[in-house]
Amino acid sequence: MAQTKTDKSPLLEAHGITKSFGDFIANDAVNFAIEKGAIHALLGENGAGKSTFVKMLYGVLSPDQGQFIWDGQAVSITSPKAARAMGIAMVFQHFSLFPALSVAENIALALDDAPSLNDLSGRIREASSRWGLAIDPDRPVGDLSVGEQQRVEILRCLLQDPKLLIMDEPTSVLTPQESERLFDVLRLLAKEGCAVLYISHKLDEVMALTSKATILRGGKNVGEVTPAKSSTRAMAEMMVGKEVDWIERQTSGAKTKAPVVFAVSDLSRPADSAFATALNAISFDVHEGEILGIAGISGNGQDELTEALTGEWLCPRSDQIRFQDQAIGRFTPQARRRLAIEMVPEERNGHAAVTEMTLVENTFLTHFDRVTGEGWLNTMRGHPALCEDTTASIIKDHDVRTPHHNPMARQLSGGNLQKFIMGRSLITAPRLMIVAQPTWGVDVGAATMIRRNLLALAAQGCGIILISQDLEEIFSLSTRIAVLNAGHLSPPQAAIDLTAEDVGLLMGGAQSSSSLQHPASEGERA
Amino acid sequence: MIKLTPRTNPSPWLSLLSPVIAIAATLIIGALIFTVLGYNAGESLYQFFISPLSRLDRISDLVVKACPLIIIALGLVFCYRANIWNIGAEGQFILGALAAGAFALQFPDTTSPLLLPMMILVAMAAGAAWAAIAAICKTLFNANEILVTLMLSYVAALLIDVMVRGPLRDPMAFGFPLTPMYPDAGLISRMPIPGVGYLGQLHYGVLAAFILAPIAWWLMHRTLPGFQVRVIGSAPRAGRFAGFSSVRTTIGVLLFSGAMAGLAGMIEVSANIGQLQPNVSFGYGFTAIIVAFLARLNPLGVIAAGLLIAMAELGGDNAQIALGIPKVVTGLFKGILLFFLLAGATLQHYKIEWTTRKAGS
Repeated sequence: MAQTKTDKSPLLEAHGITKSFGDFIANDAVNFAIEKGAIHALLGENGAGKSTFVKMLYGVLSPDQGQFIWDGQAVSITSPKAARAMGIAMVFQHFSLFPALSVAENIALALDDAPSLNDLSGRIREASSRWGLAIDPDRPVGDLSVGEQQRVEILRCLLQDPKLLIMDEPTSVLTPQESERLFDVLRLLAKEGCAVLYISHKLDEVMALTSKATILRGGKNVGEVTPAKSSTRAMAEMMVGKEVDWIERQTSGAKTKAPVVFAVSDLSRPADSAFATALNAISFDVHEGEILGIAGISGNGQDELTEALTGEWLCPRSDQIRFQDQAIGRFTPQARRRLAIEMVPEERNGHAAVTEMTLVENTFLTHFDRVTGEGWLNTMRGHPALCEDTTASIIKDHDVRTPHHNPMARQLSGGNLQKFIMGRSLITAPRLMIVAQPTWGVDVGAATMIRRNLLALAAQGCGIILISQDLEEIFSLSTRIAVLNAGHLSPPQAAIDLTAEDVGLLMGGAQSSSSLQHPASEGERA
Repeated sequence: MIKLTPRTNPSPWLSLLSPVIAIAATLIIGALIFTVLGYNAGESLYQFFISPLSRLDRISDLVVKACPLIIIALGLVFCYRANIWNIGAEGQFILGALAAGAFALQFPDTTSPLLLPMMILVAMAAGAAWAAIAAICKTLFNANEILVTLMLSYVAALLIDVMVRGPLRDPMAFGFPLTPMYPDAGLISRMPIPGVGYLGQLHYGVLAAFILAPIAWWLMHRTLPGFQVRVIGSAPRAGRFAGFSSVRTTIGVLLFSGAMAGLAGMIEVSANIGQLQPNVSFGYGFTAIIVAFLARLNPLGVIAAGLLIAMAELGGDNAQIALGIPKVVTGLFKGILLFFLLAGATLQHYKIEWTTRKAGS
């Protein structure tokens, strides 16, 4: 590491930090250094290992291997309290504030040595005017906007005179104006000598704010850039990886001539909570035999869109979703399955499958409608044992490795459970399939098998909506690609016309018009 | 720090041994406590564990005592499996008893065999209606069902008190707060055992408990509504994904458990008391909560759990009468028994780990 520079000695260094959860390596020998008074970005896609890394830095997790060096001394950061004592403060993505308590009371709760409330209010006023973080210490937190609540969290950190402030995706909850104001505060902080570690996947922000950026991909440090001397395009490339597998890329054109099987028009959905994403006038259609890839970093409306497509959230108007000329926007998941629409949500445990139930019961979960007899009484008498044969076929056809013939869902590894969940849908011969993150946290063998199954299904004429943040997956499977960003869906475009950089830019929230010159004629609705 | 982590493969031996270990531990700790307090430990434990089983009529009393506990707990099992915390079975029990009694007293001279079946229906409807208040509050206003059902228990207790002292009071009862006796057609008669004859208070109502338990098991494990209850309780999001309605499930389990508690109330009065009085329950509705959990929310396990709890109750009474052990001490002993039984059940599926925070190195 560069220790020779005179006034730019590293405040913190990390050497070979490794952390794994079971078989999954979240951080793989990560080296990292941040200088005093620098604003340093930690950039990467979701799942790249950013959060794991900073949690170790803040003492929430401890590394399996590796060493942190703080101000030239080897340290082990054993708890958040120890981190705070060293001068490390962190603002989490999700706040931990009590709405019923005042600002001062909330801050008092978080301080390791809180002064009296009166003294504290004075210190808060002082700090808030010094840093330009206008906040009234006596107001209840429940009355504050999300941006103001974030200021409370920042103030709480600043009152401890930190030398390093970690900000985890701070703008994910802010309006653009609020973000600008936050950047001013961070710049001021840096000028006063406090280093800021800024975690983000938003390229524009990293460009505007930070002096250095470390890029993580797949748990590895894949490089360090100086944003001022680089471009968003170059950083996007590093973030998503250059080597996208193009072999199986679909040829467009032919498929879009096939009839439309599924269409969503003008679908909007307000955000349920401060952390949900509103969907904004989403429109797209899917042709028979086509895989429509919906790319985007998770948290941009994927969950909300998936729920609307599966029927867990019902559209305001039935004609906002059409399937083969039938308006199904207000159909329950059960009614949609009856039309041969199958869905595989992102979360396996507790959503796609009940972990504390057997595989036979989990088959029954989505098959009950097809195995119970006609009539009310027969329906009521339906029970999981009716799905024993189907379950055996799924396990056999999809190479689901099970400890015994009918284990609990939780006893299966992620890959095997996902193969089972996919198989449960495939065995019904769907006409439309909605899959979200089908290979998330799945081993390579299972992932390949799942992808191959999706391609084979499309070849049989089934329309597929693939919601994924794995760009490699999107590119290797999709006929057309659209990007979901902050609840907006870009117009779907033929995959053949797009590059990973184009999509990466859209995912990072760049303006589509300036970065993409490709005509969008193919993707737009007829 | 102590942490409970799930065992990946719970040993079948452990599940057989666990109640044995629990009872052995209870015997040891119980003997210690009785000795320290100056009672004869052997005699005390005899009163708790042997005496309720020592004679056929005592066993029949045990079954009679367990009957309302089992019926109520069968309903509660469905609620708790669906993550709906109905702790007001006491009130639903009282309402069942009150409504069936008020109905029977309208026909003082009837000898119709239809009276008893009608009383059963009225009692179940009344218990369900009382639980329906909580269901409505929960589904329409998101009111916490724990509070609503619990508070309605007190309302029910006061309601029966008012009715027994007011509109339903027997004018011939010398001012006592009692209703007239039910007509004979509204009573559940004692059940003779072939070759033995009448045994204690054994009555035909206990048959209901033993018939309903397998039916409840069938409902839970062999029907779609039972499956819905289990899915929604275990993974609500998966339930929505399947297309099940959590609102309908909430209403369903509350009505069902209310009806079961109401039925238990009707049986208890018609078989054992024969008239309404201000107190008809003696806490059955609350004790049944313990029975449901002791049965690990399995309808078939409810029979064994109900009998065990009834034994602890009767054993406590015996110890008070025979040895003059204070009620608080017998209560303490029952608490120890439950503690070990539930701890054993938990440790079958979880193991204790002492975790120390690893220093990063």
